[in-house]
Amino acid sequence: MNWLSHLIILPILVPLLTGAAIIPIDERERTMKGIIAFCATAVVFIISLILMRMAASFDDAQAGAGVYLLGNWPAPFGIVLVLDRLSALMLVLTGFLALSAQVFAMARWQKAGSHFHSLFQLMLAGLNGAFLTGDLFNLFVFFEMMLAASYGLLLHGSGPLRVKAGLHYIAVNLVASSLFLIGVSLIYGATGTLNMADLALRIAVVSGENRMLMEAGAAVLGIAFLVKAGMWPLGFWLPGAYSAATPPVAAIFAILTKVGVYILLRLSLLFFSADAGASAGFGQTVLLYGGMVTIAFGAIGVLASQAMGRLAGYCVMVSSGTMLAAIGIGGIDVIGGALFYLVSSTLTICAFFLLIELVERARDAGADVLAVTMEAYGDADEDEEEKEEGVAVPGTLAVLGLCFCICAMLLSGLPPLSGFLAKFAILHGLFDPEAGASTAATGAQWTYVALLILSGLAAMIAMNRIGIRTFWNSIEGTIPRVYLIEIMPVLVLLSACLFLSFQAGPTMRFMDATAEFLSKPQNYTGRVMSAPQIGKE
Amino acid sequence: MELVLSVAIGVLTASGVWLLFRPRTYQVVIGLSLLSYAVNLFIFGMGRLRLNAPPVLEQGGTGGLLTHTDPIPQALVLTAIVIGFAMTALFLVVLLASRGLTGTDHVDGRE
Repeated sequence: MNWLSHLIILPILVPLLTGAAIIPIDERERTMKGIIAFCATAVVFIISLILMRMAASFDDAQAGAGVYLLGNWPAPFGIVLVLDRLSALMLVLTGFLALSAQVFAMARWQKAGSHFHSLFQLMLAGLNGAFLTGDLFNLFVFFEMMLAASYGLLLHGSGPLRVKAGLHYIAVNLVASSLFLIGVSLIYGATGTLNMADLALRIAVVSGENRMLMEAGAAVLGIAFLVKAGMWPLGFWLPGAYSAATPPVAAIFAILTKVGVYILLRLSLLFFSADAGASAGFGQTVLLYGGMVTIAFGAIGVLASQAMGRLAGYCVMVSSGTMLAAIGIGGIDVIGGALFYLVSSTLTICAFFLLIELVERARDAGADVLAVTMEAYGDADEDEEEKEEGVAVPGTLAVLGLCFCICAMLLSGLPPLSGFLAKFAILHGLFDPEAGASTAATGAQWTYVALLILSGLAAMIAMNRIGIRTFWNSIEGTIPRVYLIEIMPVLVLLSACLFLSFQAGPTMRFMDATAEFLSKPQNYTGRVMSAPQIGKE
Repeated sequence: MELVLSVAIGVLTASGVWLLFRPRTYQVVIGLSLLSYAVNLFIFGMGRLRLNAPPVLEQGGTGGLLTHTDPIPQALVLTAIVIGFAMTALFLVVLLASRGLTGTDHVDGRE
């Protein structure tokens, strides 16, 4: 075992240790805390890139590749961390969003409350753990870690609006955690294992009443993740919570819904693949129809939103719905396209959440979100800030407007940007004549196609309306003061989307290879179950 | 024994869910606590009920589920209790903050 294989655990350890280490540092030194935390995230991001290269270079069925045995216990008994293309992709995406949100927070939002950076690091540890773990109960632990930190982050900045949103968010998630535990214990009771790879093997041979119990457990577990992913009718908490959160927090929350989507994708392809015997394809119909209703609900919400924060919240729902329905349809090409969509839409929504606050600074002070902002700071704080590093970007409105345009194009899926390419890849997967079996699209698939396009139209109408009101028809005519380190993260996130658009070929190849790997659970189970212990080769 | 356990889980869940839908934050907290007790008992029950059976092997001894009780659900319950406890404590703090900021204990912050 060479040192490279130990890299797998670092995306969990580094943020965990950093988060703990910066707690004792005095709150007045928050810029130093921020820089330490930023460096830690940068290290994790670089490690994630190395891990992605490693994951892409693994031979598909190589025993033990990318499997990290914690405590050196053999696979079904100990807890394992598993690195494959999908988890590496999520790690890189998380790292990238985290870097942007942290830089943005360092301009001013870190002052709105205490321990911002510690909470942020702990949430990253939970997120990375949830992406890497190969054990259901360990997943629960990382999930709770991520949620506990996210409760703190949502309340960051305080104020009645956030506390109310936080109260609802915490209550909903605590109930979801209870469902998670019930699901996990039902699955354990029926199959006698919690290791995902071992479960995938045992589900095929479970029989009779145990199969019923196992399916009930999987359904309850699924509901817990669907709450997290914001599927209709389980996602009413989402727009309220996301629009009340401070901008850098809302930006990183863009990936939290994707954790639910990630786990549903991983578990449904692993447990209920074609090899799963009587349970094959379990729950796919629910995901397909639930996802489609979520898209419709999200699109209506997008049209109905007055404030930009809520608009972005509903965009998150549309994005989740698109992913869920794509998982419900299945097939390598559709999943490949959906993964591309996941990356592109998450980056866009993250950038949009950051941009909203910059744009809204110019709007009238009565607006909801700005009211919260003023309350958290007062004007005195702002003056002091300007003296310190008052580098206002010239032509601020032009830059903001340009970013807003790009966001609108990405959200509505207009060519030539990655939002369009991602939707096109999904549609191509649906109608691909080379795929063979599913050439004749069913009614549900046609509905999905229509919803994909209509949700894009809804996003475009809503963004146009808000854009005109904000940039062309602004009553006050005040230009918002924006610091360079606030606009930089937005620009970087959007240029990542541009990069995805120009490098769509290689990206799609990676996504298709990921989908290909996921479609064959024996690759995953083979790797994990035959992972050699150290010193016992 | 099975009957007692299942009735206990059922009653705790039913009361927990009922309290969850009440408008006062304190009722919601108690509801969540009851629900987490029910879940903990449920996890415990998933290891199958055994009387007077040890969960851990003796030194050098052998055993299986015929002579021993399944230790894993007990370990899971322990973790779940700790996490549930922490979350309830955190929720209580948010409840107090909400009470202080809005002046009411209604979950929506207004009557």
